[in-house]
Amino acid sequence: MITDVQLPEPQSPLPGATVNADQGLLMWISSVDHKQIGIMYLLMTLFYLFVGGLLALLMRVQLMVPENTFLAPDSYNQLFTMHGTTMIFFVLTPAILGMAVYLVPLQIGANEMAFPRLNAFAFWISFFGGLLLYFSFLAGGAPDAGWFSYAPLNQVQYSASPGIDYYCIGLLLSGIGTVSTAANLVVTIVTLRTPSMKYRYLPVFVWMVLINGFLILAAFPSLNAALVMLLIDRQLDGHFFNTDAGGSALLWQHLFWLFGHPEVYIVVLPPFGVLSEVFQVYSRKPIFGYPFVVGSGIAISLLAFGVWIHHMFATGMGNTVNSFFAVSSMLIGIPTGVKIFNWLGTMYGGSIRFTTGMLFATAFLVEFTIGGLSGISFAIVPIDWQLTDTYYVVAHLHYVFLGGSLFGLFAGFFYWFPKISGRMYREVLGKWFFWLFVVGFNLTFFVQHILGIIGMPRRVYTYPNLAGYSPLNLISSLGAFLMGGSMLLFLYLLYDALKRGKRGGDNPWDGYTFEWLTSSPPALKNFTTLPPVYSFRPVHDLNHPEIGDHKKSDEEKYGTKDTD
Amino acid sequence: MEQKTLIKLIVGSEAIFFLALLMAFVYFTYVPALNPRVASTLDLTTTGLFTVLLLSSSVTFWRAEVSFRRGHTTQLRLWLIATVVLGAVFLVGQGIEYSGLLSRQLTISKGTFTTSFFTLTGFHGLHVLIGLIVLSIVLYLAFLGDLDDPDSALLPSVGIYWHFVDIVWAVVFVVVYVLPHFLTPRAS
Repeated sequence: MITDVQLPEPQSPLPGATVNADQGLLMWISSVDHKQIGIMYLLMTLFYLFVGGLLALLMRVQLMVPENTFLAPDSYNQLFTMHGTTMIFFVLTPAILGMAVYLVPLQIGANEMAFPRLNAFAFWISFFGGLLLYFSFLAGGAPDAGWFSYAPLNQVQYSASPGIDYYCIGLLLSGIGTVSTAANLVVTIVTLRTPSMKYRYLPVFVWMVLINGFLILAAFPSLNAALVMLLIDRQLDGHFFNTDAGGSALLWQHLFWLFGHPEVYIVVLPPFGVLSEVFQVYSRKPIFGYPFVVGSGIAISLLAFGVWIHHMFATGMGNTVNSFFAVSSMLIGIPTGVKIFNWLGTMYGGSIRFTTGMLFATAFLVEFTIGGLSGISFAIVPIDWQLTDTYYVVAHLHYVFLGGSLFGLFAGFFYWFPKISGRMYREVLGKWFFWLFVVGFNLTFFVQHILGIIGMPRRVYTYPNLAGYSPLNLISSLGAFLMGGSMLLFLYLLYDALKRGKRGGDNPWDGYTFEWLTSSPPALKNFTTLPPVYSFRPVHDLNHPEIGDHKKSDEEKYGTKDTD
Repeated sequence: MEQKTLIKLIVGSEAIFFLALLMAFVYFTYVPALNPRVASTLDLTTTGLFTVLLLSSSVTFWRAEVSFRRGHTTQLRLWLIATVVLGAVFLVGQGIEYSGLLSRQLTISKGTFTTSFFTLTGFHGLHVLIGLIVLSIVLYLAFLGDLDDPDSALLPSVGIYWHFVDIVWAVVFVVVYVLPHFLTPRAS
């Protein structure tokens, strides 16, 4: 009944595909294979995660006790700027791109991306963008105006070191790479799906990457334009943001947040897709409400462009504007909430396996909801006025970026690790890592909500010995070190799994999508033949023909049947 | 097919980039009231002439595409040459305009108007230049005979980009040159 279809070969042989595995580093540098480029993205993520984490630990050492003199104010400014910039542009962004580039061709049943060389170009230009950003430390000082580099602080008269110039060029280069990869992924998904994979059979992860591709294409040009203008201001004495010469500080904020808010969704939508895969496989149930998971993703991506002013409530835009954006910001809570219930519904009644990946996914539900609730509180304008630029913001954004994006990425990492490496990690180590990381994370950031409410501003290099400040900051710093220590355990887990891990087999989790059909790790050529697709769980249909979705009606497949 | 989809996505992304530059120009020039010196600074007639030349390069490219689909290789090459020449003349016109402004000390650091004006038109000029380089390569390939096959996606893909560059200029021309000219009250 299920008969395989022959997969068409790429029209011409892939450039560089003749380099074989014996050639070591050369093979990686010259590679245009989507799996190798995906792995390089993930390695780059890991590298910058440790660098960015180290910067954060230095900050937490400085803030551990009041009136500390461990760091000078200007070094502290450079540290928090580089920490934020690194984590957003060189950890989360390459992580989602790496996962997408590795998995999308596998999940849609293709042998390559639509443009393999563009794929390699995009990786390397992002990689060198990151190096250029860090070169600023040697060139006279890192950028020091915060990761969103507000005007007029980003002007030469306030930040004379070349740091912000490197910030502009580094982010422009990596931005070009990100836009190229986004376009590449969209074209790949649109044109290279295996013939029977209709859009309604796309794995949820691929759906999220597709939506995300459009989000990147629409959001990054605003950032690139802003960076170009800033560079013209600094290098050619232009006056876009120079308030002394008639420029506008608000113009920078508009352009930056018109990119910056969608960017939050850019780094969280693919993790949503990852989680949708993780929840269904580890719950042994198809995702609950597939159309709603996809539809709410589309809704989030559209709303993403209508909420940027909520970063600017304190700039005095007037009550009408503020009210409009307060409402639109709250609206975003609805599709996000829909997704949370989709995942809860997937777990409900499932026969759940709490592997490390599933633990991260479950913890995500809790942490991301906390981040979402503090986000909703910011949509209320008077609360925003009270709490903006305090540690409450720091707590909120870390619950969203770590509790949301990073937990999702970790869930996906443990889920796909056997596929990518061909080996199993040790579950005991994974669970130790999970618990240490989660406890450390909550210790670090939960108390920062309270710190913000009692009035501690963000980005201060030290603080007086006020009631409450010292113990809460100490707890936060200890939590940060716990998180840092758990990351060392993570490194050991990786080493242990790659060195001594058991062979995992092609489909250790009884997964649903096409990547589990090929060998682990996949060969250079992903597939020769593929079975036709009758549902969004093609491998499940193949392995369990007696209970496969291909026999069911559409209503049952998508869980939209009214059972009353 | 793949190439055309890719170019459409990139062009869509670029459109938002230009929109951001255009909004900066509009913000500095039109808000709170139109800067009356814009109309007197910029020469509508000369730039209008070069605008006509650039827009007609879209027409010649369209004719090149028609010749390409019909397999008329000689006409294809001639229309492509015409397109490159028209684009190059536009760039020369922009150079003349820039040197005129610079000779009057209207540099990029003069004020918010010149900053946003040079950035907007300069980035458009850069896109024209990139288009000309690509078109020259296409022309070279046409003479090598690579475009004799009417199924090649090369020419239609380049066309999407070239028409986009022209459309951007049409919008820029209206906002930067035409509207200030008509909205500024005449001093008489």
